[in-house]
Amino acid sequence: MTIDVRNLVKRFGAFKALDDVSLRVDDGELLALLGPSGSGKTTLLRIIAGLDWPDTGSVRFDGNDALSRGAGERNVGFVFQHYALFRHMTVFENVAFGLRVQPRAVRPGEDVIRRRVKELLDLVQLDWLSDRYPAQLSGGQRQRIALVRALAIEPRILLLDEPFGALDAKVRKELRRWLRQLHDEIHVTSIFVTHDQEEALEVANRVVVMDKGRIEQVGSPGDVYDNPASAFVHGFIGESIVLPVHVVDGQVRLGETTLALDSQGSAAGPSKLFIRRHDVAVGPAGSGLLEGDVRHVRTFGPTQRADIALHVGGGETVIEIDAPRDRGLKSGDVVGLEPRRFRIFAGA
Amino acid sequence: MSDLVLTTPRILPLARPDARSEPRILRCLVIGFAITFLSVFVLLPLILVFATALAKGASGYFDALSGPETLSAILLTLTTALISVSANLVFGLLAAWVIAKFEFRGKTLLITLIDLPFSVSPVISGLVFVLLFGMQGLFGVWLQQHDIQILFAAPGIVLATTFVTFPFVARELIPLMQEQGTQEEEAAISLGASGLQTFFRVTVPNIKWGILYGVLLCNARAMGEFGAVSVVSGHIRGETNTMPLLVEILYNEYQLVAAFAVASLLALLALVTLVAKTILEGHLEGEPANDD
Repeated sequence: MTIDVRNLVKRFGAFKALDDVSLRVDDGELLALLGPSGSGKTTLLRIIAGLDWPDTGSVRFDGNDALSRGAGERNVGFVFQHYALFRHMTVFENVAFGLRVQPRAVRPGEDVIRRRVKELLDLVQLDWLSDRYPAQLSGGQRQRIALVRALAIEPRILLLDEPFGALDAKVRKELRRWLRQLHDEIHVTSIFVTHDQEEALEVANRVVVMDKGRIEQVGSPGDVYDNPASAFVHGFIGESIVLPVHVVDGQVRLGETTLALDSQGSAAGPSKLFIRRHDVAVGPAGSGLLEGDVRHVRTFGPTQRADIALHVGGGETVIEIDAPRDRGLKSGDVVGLEPRRFRIFAGA
Repeated sequence: MSDLVLTTPRILPLARPDARSEPRILRCLVIGFAITFLSVFVLLPLILVFATALAKGASGYFDALSGPETLSAILLTLTTALISVSANLVFGLLAAWVIAKFEFRGKTLLITLIDLPFSVSPVISGLVFVLLFGMQGLFGVWLQQHDIQILFAAPGIVLATTFVTFPFVARELIPLMQEQGTQEEEAAISLGASGLQTFFRVTVPNIKWGILYGVLLCNARAMGEFGAVSVVSGHIRGETNTMPLLVEILYNEYQLVAAFAVASLLALLALVTLVAKTILEGHLEGEPANDD
């Protein structure tokens, strides 16, 4: 099922949660809405689910208006951030709920319900928990139960709000891979919300980066990482070195120094120079575009992370770079830095 | 209801002064004082009620309770409690649902209004109904023309009791429902449940102990209410006397055994309420929000 969202605007009092958002989701896609908190991603998800209504704009499923239908009539599975399992029901009854509340005419019989719930619990390998209550489950188990409860109604769209947000790092990684596999199996159009870029880049087919109620960029994980469309996207995704520069007559200036860099057609005025940390070649003094003193070195497994005080800009501009461990940086060294790739975006 | 908690002091294996506790003599004094106070002000009156009621033996006790006036008072009290508790269950649930699950203008005003019966003297509450339905009242003439008796009759008593006991259910449910939030309801709706299904299958089961607790306190107050009911009742013997009113009348007529026999029923109700309350509080603690 395709989802077509057009010109959505949603205000909460004076706060503009969504500011003219349009988005098209293809059939069978696994899409990530990525952004910091307050960027409007959850609001967009809730509007698609029918749990919130926009002030203006339209939402269409396969071309049919969805806003005229309530949440229960949209056939959308929703997985809540804190799972929202029914605390007074067993795991079995939680999963069976969506089947039991169907109108009598279409409601399946008890034996069909039992078989269906068992199949779903088998799918997440949690059949042995069917008589437990939510409070007796671990976070990862609750998460999976919440997911199969949403799948029980055979939704045509699956929406997940920060699905792994409340889990610890290890479980999160496992469940990420598992969600990816599950999606490959059942192929239902899915959207998940996350503020974790790694999660979005690893799991999704396409990533939608949002900020302040607007969509900043839509693209494949590789695309948004390698070709960020705006300063926000570059800063938000991946670790970047950001230097405030001035573009004057097509030249890039850092403080009083003119850097031998292409201004990439950026308009004259204050701009930002973005370089990925790992896109900086560290060489001996005098070897690169920039030069600086190594202030402080930390080692994480195979990489070293170093604070470097640049010689330009009065020596007070400190950047953080990543270098291979065998480079053997020590504090007090003077190094040359050469950006292999960089981007310049206009604006202060 | 006393919230005084008595903890048994820990007996230490060594008889040396422990920095964490007060001297033994002080502890004994404080505990002794608390127990004496409770005995004199709570236990003794309770025993006296039953002792006086049984002063002429069991037969005297049951004779006093089986008189037509007493039976009529018991019946009126039970009927009043049944109606006003049911009404307040519905109103309280509705009010709590609206306040806890929706955002709207005037919400704070509504919460304040719910508390009004608690902050007004019951006598004033009774007088309000006299001002509304009495002969000189707002609706007095209209009611008389249509031959409807509210004041000095059962409807007035039910209205006054309902008004005075309104906050119990709502007050109990509002914080509970606010704490639980709306996520489970949203989950139910998105799974295709109708509004009614969501209410009865998700909302109510989550607050059932809270409902029972509110109903219990509401009922205790409804059966024991004196002030407001006294104003609107008219004290017609065998017709508009509730149990608390009857106790006062019998006492004023020096029928001590009869007065205390009826009072003992109210005291029994209080004891049952206390036990039920303790049990319910245990369940309420086991009903926390499982959302982190």
